[in-house]
Amino acid sequence: MDTLYIIAITIIKTAVYFGILMLHVAYATYAERKIIGHIQLRLGPMVVGPHGILQPIADVVKLLFKEDIVPAKVDKTIFKIAPIISLTAALSTFAVIPVNKNWVIADINVGLLYVIGIAGIGTYGIIFSGWASNSKYAFLGGLRSAAQMVSYEVALGLSLVGVILMAESFNLTEIVNKQTEYWYGMFLFPQIIAYFVFVVAMLAETNRLPFDLPEAETELVAGYFVEYSGIRFSLFYLAEYLAMFSMSALATICFWGGWTAPPILIKAFPILEFVPGFVWFLIKVYFHIFLFFWLRGTLPRYRYDQLMAIGWKVLIPLALVNIVVTSIVKYYY
Amino acid sequence: MQNKGITIKELTVNMGPQHPATHGVLRLVLELEGEIIKKCIPHIGYLHRGIEKLSEDLTYVQSLPLTDRVDYLSSMVNNEGFCVAIEKLMGIEVPERAKFIRTMMAEMARICSHLVWIATHALDIGAMTVFLYAMRDREELLEMFEMVTGARLTVSYPRVGGVRCDVNNRFLDKLYNFIEKFPKKVEEYETLIDRNRVWLKRTKGVGVITAQEAINWGLTGPTLRGSGVYYDVRKFFPYDAYDKVDFEVPVGKNGDVYDRYRCRMLEFRQSARIIKQCIEKLPEGPILADNALRIRMPESPLKIDKKDIIFEIYIEDKQIQEFIQKFTEVYASVEAPRGELGFYIICDDSSKPYRMRVRAPSFVHAGVLPKLCEGSLVADVIANIGSIDIVLGECDR
Amino acid sequence: MNPAEIVKKIRERFPKEVLWFVCFRDECSIVVTKEKIKEILRYLKNTPGLEFDYLVDLTAVDYLGFREPRFDVVYHLMSIKHRHRIRVKAQVPEHGCCIDSVTDLWATANWFERECFDMFGIHFKGHPDLRRILMPEDWKGFPLRKDYPVKSDLGDKEWETYKELKESAKAWKENAE
Repeated sequence: MDTLYIIAITIIKTAVYFGILMLHVAYATYAERKIIGHIQLRLGPMVVGPHGILQPIADVVKLLFKEDIVPAKVDKTIFKIAPIISLTAALSTFAVIPVNKNWVIADINVGLLYVIGIAGIGTYGIIFSGWASNSKYAFLGGLRSAAQMVSYEVALGLSLVGVILMAESFNLTEIVNKQTEYWYGMFLFPQIIAYFVFVVAMLAETNRLPFDLPEAETELVAGYFVEYSGIRFSLFYLAEYLAMFSMSALATICFWGGWTAPPILIKAFPILEFVPGFVWFLIKVYFHIFLFFWLRGTLPRYRYDQLMAIGWKVLIPLALVNIVVTSIVKYYY
Repeated sequence: MQNKGITIKELTVNMGPQHPATHGVLRLVLELEGEIIKKCIPHIGYLHRGIEKLSEDLTYVQSLPLTDRVDYLSSMVNNEGFCVAIEKLMGIEVPERAKFIRTMMAEMARICSHLVWIATHALDIGAMTVFLYAMRDREELLEMFEMVTGARLTVSYPRVGGVRCDVNNRFLDKLYNFIEKFPKKVEEYETLIDRNRVWLKRTKGVGVITAQEAINWGLTGPTLRGSGVYYDVRKFFPYDAYDKVDFEVPVGKNGDVYDRYRCRMLEFRQSARIIKQCIEKLPEGPILADNALRIRMPESPLKIDKKDIIFEIYIEDKQIQEFIQKFTEVYASVEAPRGELGFYIICDDSSKPYRMRVRAPSFVHAGVLPKLCEGSLVADVIANIGSIDIVLGECDR
Repeated sequence: MNPAEIVKKIRERFPKEVLWFVCFRDECSIVVTKEKIKEILRYLKNTPGLEFDYLVDLTAVDYLGFREPRFDVVYHLMSIKHRHRIRVKAQVPEHGCCIDSVTDLWATANWFERECFDMFGIHFKGHPDLRRILMPEDWKGFPLRKDYPVKSDLGDKEWETYKELKESAKAWKENAE
């Protein structure tokens, strides 16, 4: 009975999470178009509904009803599996991400490792799609993303080691709780180098500008998903936005104190104590999402070799230095 | 290469003719080893409309709208080049006012064309915002073109011997206001990309061509000046009112993508300066010469003063003198936004050109692509195509 | 250096080759025979005082019915140092329609000569890669020759390659099914 109860609760939790996430993704695309539109002196979507508020729904309907084209010479099985792998990987990360105190599907002890591991699986989806499409542009895009994700995964992982050392735990809830012990309430300040490395690696990991080389519109047309259309294309699109969310959530949890407000702030304005935790969490996540859009509106794209050089010659050494310094400080204090 | 039964061969990628970054229908066949380009073969001709052949069947007046379609981003300069050539052929003296109007309009077209260039070049490298900023300003210029000529892109405004219609004060005020504000706007683009680390990394030291090589490859315009060669048709062989206005020709140093970019950014300001002077100095008077080509009588033959032809014949042939008298030829070039746009026209006393040759800068610039690209990475091809600023309409004619 | 002096210099060096010269609106054209064209151009490029380092344009003109030999290959040269221009024309007959390539003097001549070949059918000896450039590779005829009609007489007939393409696409589709 107990097992059944747990299973039922988990399924309900997952369903609720899933619904909220999908709504988020839909409106993240809307927000992106609006924000970039305003950066670029345009209005963004304005036609469907007031200020185009229903645009994402119209988009979803359009994508669902579009013809699902599978080119004749592709490797059909892999071609069809690839977007599903990407999406599954992106969705699975949310299982361990706590939104508020105890608001989490699975509170496992190796949460952080799990997130990084699962995010790595997403790469397979991209490599598969690049290989199966039987197109040279897709192939180059797949190769690029494989190299890019593997090298930035290293930097991403290493940047989090500092956080792990300070929190003495892999559990994401533990990490958040540990941060509240400090008067400033976040690891952002002691781990500022790690945070920098994390943000850059996060951009590269999610294939966003200035690191969107696998799908570089003007070089590889659309990179690995050049042959996809309709619903399969939208699965990749979903996966990309979900990855943005999970990475932003990870940054929030590891560096910004998750759903907690800094103790010093609460001391200064006691009224803030009544703000629910998930509001803090969402504000912090949205800040990171905005960062993604902001950078896209501002920066040009790096070249492939420069991207690799930044990963291996700048970010990884920085992360390693950070680990060493953190360990020494931790050992003596 | 044979290794344990595995054959390793280069990956051949067809970039174009439908590709977002080849600025039209340029097709590059790239042989890649990883991401490094081993060989680059440009294929052109997808937009070939046979303008040179068509003009042989049309009168001079009818050929003028054809030149609009050569480089559709700066049609004003093409018209101007054609008219300058015919005027030189017929010996027409263009009225001062028409000269200044033409100069002003040509510089407007230059700004327009460079705006499209900066927009697409930045977009290719990934800076999307610059595109929309530049398009905003281009829109204003196109509206002004529309005020005077009635058309936005294919203007057909200059006439052999002058211009089609006069400009009014409302237009001049609007243009003056625009030009006053324009340098500020150029600065705005520069804040976005000029000292952006990513931009510098993508453009500095990429696609380098030395001054010697650039001359040998026949580059012109900002593409040549980026390599540090001082050559501008406006200064070397002045036409229209360019000898009456004060301007500088920006010259680069290293001959890389960045220097070519800087040259064009500085040209924005010089063009604005020229337009300002043209408005201030605009004289009163007629806008069409008395002996200008009559549009209503297109079939009447060109009048060319045969006394101007000086010749010496060193062989014994009686028909040669007759032949020389019959075929008069002229080459006139203007500084188009992309480089030296030349018209070589042979006239045989009829109302139609015997041969009209368009020396298109884009054609020459597309030819230099293999030199710039080989040995570099795929992403550099995009930067190079952007920096030589080709228009395929002009390349293929 | 003014055009008359340039002509004088060339005549001193190549007395036999220069056939005549014409000056019109301060533009000078020298007409030469095609045999020593490369030497003449090399002389123009490398002689101090002339230094025509820049090949502005290379094209051809068809004088069908007006003159024998039929074609003129026209070189427009310019010197960036001395700011002077000259036009050199080499006569090319219809039979044995070829002339020396100048690609090793000016790299830009490569594409110009290809275009010239494409449009007039003039062969350039020593050109590294003489292919059609603007017209499709299997095009028949040379469009800018005077005996090539402006308006096509093909009627409603389709271009042959297009027909082949359609057939191969059809065959491929059947194969795939």
